[in-house]
Amino acid sequence: MIHLHDINKTYFGAQPLHVLKGISLDIEEGEFVSIMGASGSGKSTLLNILGILDNYDSGEYVLDGTLIKDLSERRATEYRNHFIGFIFQSFNLIGFKTAVENVELPLFYQGVSRRKRHKMALEYLERLDLLPWADHYPNEMSGGQKQRVAIARALIANPKVILADEPTGALDSKTSVEVMALLKSLNEEEHKTIVVVTHESGVANETNKIIHIKDGRIGKIEENLDHHASPFGINGVMK
Amino acid sequence: MRLDIDTYREILDTLTRNKSRSFLTGFGVFWGVFMLVALIGGGDGLKDLLSKNFEGFATNSALVFAQPTTKPYDGFRKGRQWNMVYKDVDRLKAQVPELDVVTPMVARWGSVVVFGDKKSTASVKGVEPDYAQVEQPNLYYGRYINPMDMAQHRKVCVLGKKIYKTLFPGGGNPCGQLVRIDSLYYSVVGVDYSSGNMNINGSAEESVILPITLMQQTYNLGDQVDIISLTGRPGVVLSKLSSRIRGIIAHEHHVDPTDEKGITVFNTEVLFGMVDSLFKGVNYLVWLVGIGTLLAGAIGVSNIMMVTVRERTVEIGIRRAIGATPRMVLSQIITESIVLTIVAGMSGILFAVAILQLLEMGNTTDGIVQAHFQVSFWTAVGAMALLSVLGVLAGLAPAARAMSIKPVDAMRDE
Repeated sequence: MIHLHDINKTYFGAQPLHVLKGISLDIEEGEFVSIMGASGSGKSTLLNILGILDNYDSGEYVLDGTLIKDLSERRATEYRNHFIGFIFQSFNLIGFKTAVENVELPLFYQGVSRRKRHKMALEYLERLDLLPWADHYPNEMSGGQKQRVAIARALIANPKVILADEPTGALDSKTSVEVMALLKSLNEEEHKTIVVVTHESGVANETNKIIHIKDGRIGKIEENLDHHASPFGINGVMK
Repeated sequence: MRLDIDTYREILDTLTRNKSRSFLTGFGVFWGVFMLVALIGGGDGLKDLLSKNFEGFATNSALVFAQPTTKPYDGFRKGRQWNMVYKDVDRLKAQVPELDVVTPMVARWGSVVVFGDKKSTASVKGVEPDYAQVEQPNLYYGRYINPMDMAQHRKVCVLGKKIYKTLFPGGGNPCGQLVRIDSLYYSVVGVDYSSGNMNINGSAEESVILPITLMQQTYNLGDQVDIISLTGRPGVVLSKLSSRIRGIIAHEHHVDPTDEKGITVFNTEVLFGMVDSLFKGVNYLVWLVGIGTLLAGAIGVSNIMMVTVRERTVEIGIRRAIGATPRMVLSQIITESIVLTIVAGMSGILFAVAILQLLEMGNTTDGIVQAHFQVSFWTAVGAMALLSVLGVLAGLAPAARAMSIKPVDAMRDE
């Protein structure tokens, strides 16, 4: 599904910063993967490249058989809209739109008719137990509810990959567990490919594969099928 | 941009989210359009009001009249009183073929006009029938002096509006009635309702017009003429003829032909030219001020949109991340700007039109509009088109900034 080969990325500022130093990575369809690293390790940059939000300097990124390189803004937007669902740390819901309007938004940009996208958005909200909150504004909801709205928004365009950037970063530990459980069930029941970027071992521990990244290089890749081998992640211990 | 209710709801949402800001921004445009339209209408109305003063007066005309000489000439001292005579009219007709109408006038101030127990003072003017081509009468009843009156020395008169109203307070057609002017009775043949403020020898409303030959006899004036009125043929510039006219008259009366005061030739054309250039100036000013204010308003819109875009960086970033193309963002910002400009501008046009309508109503007497303040439909349409263009222009810079927002920016905001 995701194939990275020798990806390099340098930020040219006052001092050139070589952030990604030859990343090669394969993520198969239906995998539930986390990318772990300290801040400044390059994990956010990697996620941006995966999400076609940023360009890379050299290497190759193939997403579902499509080479993603030097795309025009328009094509990039199109791929983002169809292939990728984003979940952000700060939810990034649009404050003056209700939950259902927020969820509708990706379909709006796809040109889906008003009635159809409204119906679909309500379906997704129902699946995430948010139906009573459909007409509420983000500032009337709790953090966990907001993140669930964001997840509904990420899911509605039926993307191939869901990219989550610190999805529990702004949540308390109880809600964090719920959100992770939700992602896990999405992976198990709908076989979504999910990539979670985090610096919390507890979050990483919930995923099936942990990719450690350090100083712009891939460290070790652990298979993590026994989620309770480490004390993290149990009873909401995330940090 | 697709036609979708949500597109418009979104624009409405963003504009109403910050009501006072949108309102104040819109007010700039509102005021600009209001100024432009109101000034255009007001300028036209004033011009109308002013031209009313000249109404009925031939534009390409000149008046010749005698005053005490200011230069000694031909053995005569200066300061000599002299008069033009009826023959001068024929001389001018014969010797200056560029002239169209040459018509004499004698006048007397402070005459008394009496009908029954009603009495009015008036200035009495003796004219020839072709005087009507210089100062056009607006006959409400009857007719003007005609050549037959002249030939037969008929004792007839045409009354001015005010005199008619004083003598005949009950209204009705006075033609055929006899009125006494000073010591003689005249039969009324017409009533002149013209009320322009440009008159010779007293306002037309307060004058009585007699045939000149009759007046010369009854008031013992001999063949004396007070004023000779001239109109030029089409294309003739009267100011270029004045020295020739002066020369012809000077020669017969032993007046220095260079005595511009002694033989006064007054060109109305100069007056009309002045008014004309005055209004050209006013027009330039109107457009300058109007367009300037409107531009300032549009720049205000642009400025506020710029701030809004900066404020909405995160939101635009999110939209970009979940599938809005730069073009969609661009059209959204530009549409917002157009909507703001047009809504504000439309209310400006409406308000200006309402004010102008009131002005026009205030300037209506007897159901007749005196001055047209209201702008034409096409001026309003033009203002509308101008607004749309300004809206697009105002939206360009903020939209360009919004387009340059990368989706990554949404996530960098911490």
